[in-house]
Amino acid sequence: MTKYTSFRMRAISFLIDRRAVLIIAGLIGAVILTALISVGVGEIFMTPDAVVKALFGYGTEMNELVVKQFRFPRIAMSVLAGAALAVSGAILQGMIRNPLASPDILGITWGGALATIGFLTIFSDKANALTVSIQWMPLASFIGAIVAGFLVFVLSWKNGISPIRLVLIGIGLTAVLQALTTLLMIIGPIYRASEANIWITGSVHGTNGKDVLTLLPWVVVLLVLLMVYSRRVSLQELGDDVAKGAGALLLRDRIVLLLISTGLAGGAVAFAGGVGFVGLMAPHIARKLVGSSFGVLVPVSALVGSMLVMIADLIGRTLFSPLEVPAGVFTAAIGAPYFIYLLYRSRNK
Amino acid sequence: MTNKLNSLKRKWAGIVVGLVIVLLLMAASVVYGLTSITWTTAWQSFTQFNGSNEHIIIIENRVPRAFVGSAVGASLAVAGALMQAITRNPLASPSILGVNAGASFVIVVAVTFFSVSSLAAFSWLAFLGAAVASIVVYMLGSLGREGLTPMKLTLAGAAIAAMFSSLTQGMLVLNEKALEEVLFWLAGSIEGRSLDMLLSVSPYIGIGLIGAILISSKINTLVMGEDVAKGLGQRTLLVKLGAALLIVFLAGGSVAVAGPIGFIGIVVPHVARYFAGPDYRWVIPYSAILGAILLLSADIAARYVITPLEAPVGVLTAVIGTPFFIYIARREFKQL
Repeated sequence: MTKYTSFRMRAISFLIDRRAVLIIAGLIGAVILTALISVGVGEIFMTPDAVVKALFGYGTEMNELVVKQFRFPRIAMSVLAGAALAVSGAILQGMIRNPLASPDILGITWGGALATIGFLTIFSDKANALTVSIQWMPLASFIGAIVAGFLVFVLSWKNGISPIRLVLIGIGLTAVLQALTTLLMIIGPIYRASEANIWITGSVHGTNGKDVLTLLPWVVVLLVLLMVYSRRVSLQELGDDVAKGAGALLLRDRIVLLLISTGLAGGAVAFAGGVGFVGLMAPHIARKLVGSSFGVLVPVSALVGSMLVMIADLIGRTLFSPLEVPAGVFTAAIGAPYFIYLLYRSRNK
Repeated sequence: MTNKLNSLKRKWAGIVVGLVIVLLLMAASVVYGLTSITWTTAWQSFTQFNGSNEHIIIIENRVPRAFVGSAVGASLAVAGALMQAITRNPLASPSILGVNAGASFVIVVAVTFFSVSSLAAFSWLAFLGAAVASIVVYMLGSLGREGLTPMKLTLAGAAIAAMFSSLTQGMLVLNEKALEEVLFWLAGSIEGRSLDMLLSVSPYIGIGLIGAILISSKINTLVMGEDVAKGLGQRTLLVKLGAALLIVFLAGGSVAVAGPIGFIGIVVPHVARYFAGPDYRWVIPYSAILGAILLLSADIAARYVITPLEAPVGVLTAVIGTPFFIYIARREFKQL
């Protein structure tokens, strides 16, 4: 057992695979590098060192404006939203022991979508202007995501939570949430519909620094809370009977974990919309890299998720320039075939 | 399984009562709506047409709508019944298995890249998309050694649906004008469809409905299980392929006319089995009648939900259907 170093504090303990530490360091490097390149690419092109200069206040005025006002906030949002969605998926997959679980399959994302479109429709006056501050929109979408997550959980409850029931009920709930979203889009004015459509697909376009600063503490707090809980996830992965035998309070743990997971997804959805399949893909890629010990799986998933959304956003900004394709289109285009591959691979289980 | 109508006489009586209800709902569908019309006016528009606004609305709009509603409801329900039988999946239906999303995708591609805008062209594209999506999902669900399992099929359908709808949304983001054109179609509606559109797909819907009744006794054998059916000398692959073709005709035809209307295909076959028992020779006609009843009622209700606007009927069927879906998911998947 020299492969692992154990990490123990009072409430927190997990095994650290030494190879994982190297992988995490490598991924952090890759995220920083991708961010620097991505910030530099666009209508105004900058080399990575010009980007760094601009970030720290030594660049040209134009560069600083572009970097600080427009590009850096959206890249930071990609990183945060990607990490949040990925970790949310990692929790769900571990908790319900189903490799196909993710916040979008379970309908959590669509709960956020419905609430957001509802917010835009209900609080628009006759002239299509919002009657309340748009600042409240993330809160609306967050509440929608939480309610959807809670509903899926309650409706799947029948002497406990079966993973399959959870997924199926998520699919059913997604359908009705989508239908209601469409209804609201039809009631609302057409330009709101197209605004809503961009948001549903998932895009970090138009993020400002304030959004990033609002989401940041949220993600950090939930991640720390999760690290405290990670031992319990590893226990859940052993199966209900073993976990109960080992003294786990299964129900309480599941509710707390579901809240953390929904909280992360809800936060991401509130600002970046329904960037699909990240919560599904990232934990899988992470497991391939470092195995399934939850203590390292969480940070690696987070980093992989950040990479995915950043790259999807970069492609979306540049491929059809000057038009912008929302990042969610690319995550879905890669994610759906990947999902099918997982389905195919798990055929004998 | 206990069924409500347990003698042959009662089953035939059920069919007759059902058909009467369908006719009454079609009549109600002609009369009720935003433009209120009296039953006498409706009758006069057939006997002594005078070209007034009301008469034109009845002949050009309401009557086609009643026919489209019955045809689409019946074919979605029968497609669902066939899907549930050959996949042995109680949750199978055109909307859950991604068929509707595939159709929508093809339409939006055509609108975005080829500037197609006529509703008639939408029909054929939807038909193509529905066919392609059904085949893809069915093949994906059958991958692997143990073949088609209900779980795999549902998940393959959900994944394909998610992929198609993301790509669809992506294209709509790039093209706002297209959004305006297809938004209402995307939600599923039978408003404003002409009789010509129905006629152009009616051969497929007709073949689908008649074909479903013709192969229903073979379906009975198939639902006993692949091995049993083979043991009884059935060429199961042939039956499945035949049923799949009928599903493509039925689902494709109705999606082409009405857009992606969900949940009829899930809900109705279960209700049909509740009344008529497990025999598919009865399940199929009962599904057709009950499907027409459900869609006609939902369509009439859709006119009153958000007056003066009309809600797309697909939204209503989803709202009615989801609790039912959840009920089935809770009941029948406990062993999986």
